[in-house]
Amino acid sequence: MNNSNLTPAAANTTAIVAAGLKHRHAAEKRFKLYGLIAITLGLLSVLLLFVDIISKGYPAFQQTFVKLEIKFDEASLDPTGSRDPQVLASADYSALVKAALRELFPDVAGREERRALYGLISSGASFQLQDMVLKNPALIGTTQSVWVPAAATVDTFIKGGIDRDTTEINRSLKDNQIVWIDKLVASGAVEKQFNKALFTNGDSREPELAGIRGALMGSIYTLLVTMALSFPMGVATALYLEEFAAKNRWSDLIEVNINNLAAVPSIIYGLLGLAVYLQFFGLPRSAPLVGGLVLTLMTLPIIIIASRAALKSVPPSIREAALGMGASKMQMVFHHVLPLAMPGMLTGAIIGMAHALGETAPLLMIGMVAFIVDIPHGILDPATVLPVQIYLWADLPERAFVERTSAAIMVLLAFLITMNAVAVILRRRFERRW
Amino acid sequence: MLSYLILLLLILTTVSYYLGRSRSLASVSGRTQDLHSLPSYYGFFTALWCGLPALIVFVFWITFQPTIITHLVVAGMPPEIQGLPEAQLNLAINDLKNVVSGNIVSSNPNPAMLAAAEHYKNLQTISSAALWVTVLALAIGGIAYARRSIAPTLRARNKVEMTIMVFFIASSTIAIFTTIGIVLSVLFESLRFFQKVPVTEFLFGLQWSPQTALRADQAGSSGAFGAVPLFTGTLLISAIAMLVAVPLGLMSALYLSEYAAPKFRAVAKPILEILAGIPTVVYGFFAALTVAPIVRDTGHLLGLNVASESALAAGLVMGIMIIPFVSSLSDDVINAVPQAMRDGSYALGATRSETITRVILPAALPGIVAAILLAASRAIGETMIVVMAAGMAANLTANPLQAVTTVTVQIATLLTGDQEFESAKTLAAFALGLVLFTVTLALNAIALHVVRKYREQYE
Repeated sequence: MNNSNLTPAAANTTAIVAAGLKHRHAAEKRFKLYGLIAITLGLLSVLLLFVDIISKGYPAFQQTFVKLEIKFDEASLDPTGSRDPQVLASADYSALVKAALRELFPDVAGREERRALYGLISSGASFQLQDMVLKNPALIGTTQSVWVPAAATVDTFIKGGIDRDTTEINRSLKDNQIVWIDKLVASGAVEKQFNKALFTNGDSREPELAGIRGALMGSIYTLLVTMALSFPMGVATALYLEEFAAKNRWSDLIEVNINNLAAVPSIIYGLLGLAVYLQFFGLPRSAPLVGGLVLTLMTLPIIIIASRAALKSVPPSIREAALGMGASKMQMVFHHVLPLAMPGMLTGAIIGMAHALGETAPLLMIGMVAFIVDIPHGILDPATVLPVQIYLWADLPERAFVERTSAAIMVLLAFLITMNAVAVILRRRFERRW
Repeated sequence: MLSYLILLLLILTTVSYYLGRSRSLASVSGRTQDLHSLPSYYGFFTALWCGLPALIVFVFWITFQPTIITHLVVAGMPPEIQGLPEAQLNLAINDLKNVVSGNIVSSNPNPAMLAAAEHYKNLQTISSAALWVTVLALAIGGIAYARRSIAPTLRARNKVEMTIMVFFIASSTIAIFTTIGIVLSVLFESLRFFQKVPVTEFLFGLQWSPQTALRADQAGSSGAFGAVPLFTGTLLISAIAMLVAVPLGLMSALYLSEYAAPKFRAVAKPILEILAGIPTVVYGFFAALTVAPIVRDTGHLLGLNVASESALAAGLVMGIMIIPFVSSLSDDVINAVPQAMRDGSYALGATRSETITRVILPAALPGIVAAILLAASRAIGETMIVVMAAGMAANLTANPLQAVTTVTVQIATLLTGDQEFESAKTLAAFALGLVLFTVTLALNAIALHVVRKYREQYE
């Protein structure tokens, strides 16, 4: 560096700056690195979360089935030959499964051994046979090869979740059971098929029979109630505050309340639902109606804030033009402002619904955590919702339930991603810049 | 049955729209310019008269029917049942309802119970028949009244608009009523709780074991309601979460707005925000089944004794959940700092990091502080992660490797499942709710205040 034509003071300053430069550049690099590390860690945790859930959950979409030669024995199913559906429904179908198993392994003897053998097949098999016979009584007296679901432990073993080399005490399958499974596998009588039960069944204590249909329907009913109440009321509030209300104490009070409600922890809404809806109004516990009412209060602030933003983006010239043509204020709102703001409002509503779909804590308070096997058929039936089902299953120790919990999470996330994608597309497609 | 009634009412309302519209046209024999309002407004006017009163009666009827019927049935029961204390009476009524709906009952129903159940069923039938008649009569009466009052001079538009306005105003007051509802429901139950347990014991007591004895001779259920272990547990987990979220979130926001290429930013920012959209129950599952075992095993490798429901695991995952809150809120305030200030700093020879730490951060500080406070209130109120990954035992400890419990965990566990409303155990949950509500509200108020008071205004 050529300092010869600088004054001594300036040269001195330059020397000081130059001396510190190396240190400062190092600090700069370090700072940038910290930022990069932070963002990488954030992105990594997203990746880790998804990889973890998907790797745990994907096996649940398949279920192990065992092929059995079922003899639909007339003597045991319908001794009188009446073909009366009531007699057929109450017959002992598990005996058919047991007989088929005994036939496969004739040398198994003794109570203990036989019980272990019967334990290979899910208790759902007898319901499956019952369904078959009730649908088609002509099956009686014939022998059919039927694929029946294997028990959860067998399913886990086939999927590699149980190590055959550990000692017998440390695994949930006995040595002789493993021998039988190996025989079945060798004879081609074991197959992994698509797990339809996961999507058609309600909850169950048996992992291989447990499904998310009940929770899914409960979620849909709850969201319907939420949507039907929160969207009109949210839009009405936004319209009132943006288009009609004078800026005074009253509208300030409303605004402060809306902002506060947006920040209240969700579990507090559960307390409100419990004290007001259940205790004061005596509404039924566990009903999607009450769940919907609670979630309505939670999603209202989200919808109101989004709707107000959408209304604000409509230029005042449109309002003035409508009023200038002689429209009443209400006509101006409904004929011109509302249609233009609608895409933004719908986007907000979808995001609010996505929020409501994932909400768990307040629903625990109003009794939506009950163990419910039946699939709900209305907004007053006891029901549970998808996130609560995930919470309930996450508590169960069986590996097969861990699998199903992750699968349920995948379904939930798929719904959420779809909803958010729709919201983004809606915004891209209809957003207007004035 | 009731859904048919609603459907019928909907059909009637739709029909009444056309009735009103045609009536208005007929009243001026088709010369619409003689009408005060557009014909459709006369239609809406009739439809409102048809649907609205009927709907209001319907909702009130459905809401109060069970209570009134129960009262009537209890009044008709033998005096020895009526004389029971309230708790037992409630049990009897529950049994009664179970008999009515054909469920399994706790005890063998006696004849008085069966008679009462019969009575209940009869009243229900009568009530629902009366409901049908009343609702339909109101709907048809409404149509008749509206049709009669339709005349060319009727100011139908003003009336319809007035009704809509009333609906708007009513909707906007929901927010106020919700707040009042929260405050009242939490406050009243808390006051009842403080009658049983002194406030000072609740706020300063060091023992928390809410299991109260059902029988006098029961052992091990003393029922202690000192909430300090819950407060410290909540603070511990939230502090761990903030220790994760604040540096990561803030540095991410700074990197994305100051260093990153626009393309990288366009990809990374939405991905990071996915974290905000994931349901908390998923985080809970992730914390309990993936992170907690990793933390425990790592601890064992280092020779530490880590509880399997350690505060560390729950706090870490909660921190991950909060990253997008911190980052997107700080991103907004960092972007609000005008470019001229950056340029000025660069012109003086400052490096980027010097510009960030000496110019941008001080300018954006109020917004960042507000963002951190909002994130903290989010952490304190978060429920599912801690319910699934933190413990139940109320340990008074500051060791993040031990299991602690939080306010939200206790609210959730005390109120999940069947519970009686009178016990101190249930009421305690409301008292905890009151504390939680107050604290989060205060944090939000402070955040708002910080932003308003210290915000730099740039033109």
